[in-house]
Amino acid sequence: MNNGTEMNNASDMHKGTEMNNIALDSTVETKSASFMNTHKSPRQLKRERADKRFHWYGFTAIAMALAFLVFFFIDIIGQALPAFDKTEVQVTINYTQAATKNYNKAVDKSVRRIVSRAWLRSIPQYLQAHPEMIGSSHVEWVPADSRVDQFIKEHDGHGLKSKYQRTVKKMQQENRVRSVFNTTLFTRGDSKLPEYAGIWAAAVGSVFTLLITMLVAVPIGVMTAIYLEEFAADNRFTRLIEVNINNLAAIPSILYGLLGLAIFISFFGVPRSSALAGGLTLALMTLPVIIITTRASLRAVPESIREAAYGLGASNLQTAWHHVLPLAMPGILTGSIIGLAQAMGETAPLIIVGMMAYIPDAPTSILDATTVLPAQVYTWSTESLRGYSERTAAGILVLLTVLLSLNALAVKLRNRAQQTW
Amino acid sequence: MNQHTIKRFEDELNELKDKVLAMGGLVEKATKRSMNSLIKQDAKRAHKVIERDHAINAMEIEIDEMSRTILALRQPAASDLRFVMTTIKVVTDLERMGDLAENIAENMLKTEEHPLTQVSSLQSLADLVLDQLKEALDAFAKGDMAEAMICIESDNKVHAKYKSMQREYLTYMMEDPRQITAGLIASDIARSLERIGDHAVNIAEMVVYMVKGHEVRHVDHDTAAALIGGELQDKT
Amino acid sequence: MNSDTTTHNETKISIRDLKLWYGDFEALHGIDLDILSGKVTAFIGPSGCGKSTFLRTMNRMNDRIPSCRVEGQILLEGQDIYAPEVDVVQLRTHVGMVFQKPNPFPKSIYENIAYAPRIHGLVSDGPDMDELVETSLKKASIWNEVKDKLQQSGTALSGGQQQRLCIARTIAVKPDVILMDEPCSALDPIATAKIEELMDELKQEFTIVIVTHNMQQAARVSDYTAYFYLGDLIEYADTHTIFTAPKHQKTEDYITGRFG
Repeated sequence: MNNGTEMNNASDMHKGTEMNNIALDSTVETKSASFMNTHKSPRQLKRERADKRFHWYGFTAIAMALAFLVFFFIDIIGQALPAFDKTEVQVTINYTQAATKNYNKAVDKSVRRIVSRAWLRSIPQYLQAHPEMIGSSHVEWVPADSRVDQFIKEHDGHGLKSKYQRTVKKMQQENRVRSVFNTTLFTRGDSKLPEYAGIWAAAVGSVFTLLITMLVAVPIGVMTAIYLEEFAADNRFTRLIEVNINNLAAIPSILYGLLGLAIFISFFGVPRSSALAGGLTLALMTLPVIIITTRASLRAVPESIREAAYGLGASNLQTAWHHVLPLAMPGILTGSIIGLAQAMGETAPLIIVGMMAYIPDAPTSILDATTVLPAQVYTWSTESLRGYSERTAAGILVLLTVLLSLNALAVKLRNRAQQTW
Repeated sequence: MNQHTIKRFEDELNELKDKVLAMGGLVEKATKRSMNSLIKQDAKRAHKVIERDHAINAMEIEIDEMSRTILALRQPAASDLRFVMTTIKVVTDLERMGDLAENIAENMLKTEEHPLTQVSSLQSLADLVLDQLKEALDAFAKGDMAEAMICIESDNKVHAKYKSMQREYLTYMMEDPRQITAGLIASDIARSLERIGDHAVNIAEMVVYMVKGHEVRHVDHDTAAALIGGELQDKT
Repeated sequence: MNSDTTTHNETKISIRDLKLWYGDFEALHGIDLDILSGKVTAFIGPSGCGKSTFLRTMNRMNDRIPSCRVEGQILLEGQDIYAPEVDVVQLRTHVGMVFQKPNPFPKSIYENIAYAPRIHGLVSDGPDMDELVETSLKKASIWNEVKDKLQQSGTALSGGQQQRLCIARTIAVKPDVILMDEPCSALDPIATAKIEELMDELKQEFTIVIVTHNMQQAARVSDYTAYFYLGDLIEYADTHTIFTAPKHQKTEDYITGRFG
């Protein structure tokens, strides 16, 4: 989106300079009698050159913006793709009595550093749940350690010691190493071990937070806009409100975090890091956007429709409710979706209300401590282990996909709106 | 009065008016010339009048055509509408006057065999009628109601003169039967002159309509004067 | 036409010394006018002369403009429509309005007609409503063109049909007076002719007041014509007089195209 606006600015600037040239060139020249002349006059040549130049400037601006975008996408997708694969190794598991106490005993010493430690740790719990398994021994595919994973993916900085490298290579020759789709990424929360880290908890947190934002911001924003546009008298007071709403939309988002902290957490005692606190804070931030877009789409409803309704003796409320609102609805939805998409990608205000935290489990209520997708991406990006960097990229890709889908939905609604009148 | 916003419309109306006045000039000339031919016994002049009548007829067609075009293309309203309507009527009157002048010239050619004895009274009737015609055309040109009223009022005089002349001719014819043919010719000429006067009055009445929209046709003079009297006083 | 005026001249709306301000600007300087029942009255005049503003005072559409202030009286059948106890919603069911640009609701043709009777509780949905829709469309001479597509959107019709739909919508609430604000200015000559023909039929039942920029249209459709200039009523007379022999020089200049 930023690229887009920069591009516009750039082309505007070029347009400006062209305008100046044209203005300066406007020396009087005798008009030729015919416009079918075979010889182009110097003036015509100059004009054509200016036209061409202007086209070229515009084209360059678009090409550059596109190039940045393509580079960004290739980079992100390239980094993210490996995260969707995970490495598994085939090991013999001994469900001995000792393994219930010391999970390390469950596998042979040679592969203890090859398999995932997070998986190893889960064995005692598993045996507690399935005591009938004790004493048996199985050959199973189990998740590999993140370092093995990175080594298999041939990433630099995988950090796998050379003796383990030899083991892994040997296992590869015995076909005891395979690569499968990384379901863990979508089913688990954050983890201190990269191979067990997923976006599930953050995604659920995002959904909870956005639901609260939507339930709070959309009705309040739309109602405010309808009141201001259709009912309020046009006086000093409403103009003051209007100016302030416009200003609010331009305030740095982190200030909303401070506002949320002061009002919801300190004053109303909403639990820190909860979806409720985050959602309310984001609602504050999204309100001006929704109000402004809703007012714009209400204003876009032709005055003639209102006149028609008033002329037939409809009241203010009837006119707004029966005629104006249905026509403005696609525009209102578009605005709301764009506002919510913006809220979904927001991190700064959520840092303040404590949502930038290590949350391994998905929240079950709006009062649980939770995190959101962009916060999760940020947390991973600060981790040093190589396994996290590809998960960072994957998180960004998922976030982008959701945002683009929301924007596509908004565009679709807008197109439908254009067809109605 | 202000100019029309559409300059060509203004020009067309002015041209129409000029054409009507030119046609009026032709009719005036034809009447004068036919009377001159009678008084001076000049057959050449009489022939000229008869020859030139087609010019008057051609102008009638031309002016009618122009009026139609203006009605169709410009849809004139109010004073413009009254002007164009007046033009259409006036042209018909003028064309009849031209025919009557031609009739006088044709009668003149007959007087070579039957010379008239009392030409001077015809001349004085012709003077009255020519005055009327001049007043009517002036009133039309200037949109002058006062002048139009003078024309309408002098109709009484012309009518009285014509009646007395008819009686005079009747007396002559009764006294001397050899004079009957000459008497009938003279009577016919007098009738033509009187009718030219009537048409002049028609024109004057249309001018009154043109200027203020009052209908003064087929009403007696007093009512007409009362209708427009107030406005005449306003002018003076 | 002259004989008409003497036989039937019951006053429907009588305007007394009406002044109107937009803020400090006085747009109408004391208008006195009687609109006769069952007649078509046309308001003509150059742009900005106040004729549209004046038309809109008659069903209080000007109320929507905050800076607009009205003084004087408008008596609809003897009752002052600017009296404090007047319900504007009720007033507008008595004085309907058709606008310059055809503005059907972006709903079905049926809904366009049924809307107003429904919100005013005149007719309940069902066979009664079907009948009202049919008669309204018939009166507006558009029934034959739309009877097979009542559920289609009103905005899909041609401009002229849309305007007749708007007229049908207005007469569905059975008003006494229909105000028309340049109803044909966005239409082609054939569509215009149809509306004009329609007005001739409608005046049997309704009193019609029309603002038009097209003088020929005023001449064709109206029984009475009022000429406005710079917020003043210059001349008000039967249409025949205005277009053949107006009394005032200003009217004459405007009618004959000598304006400005």
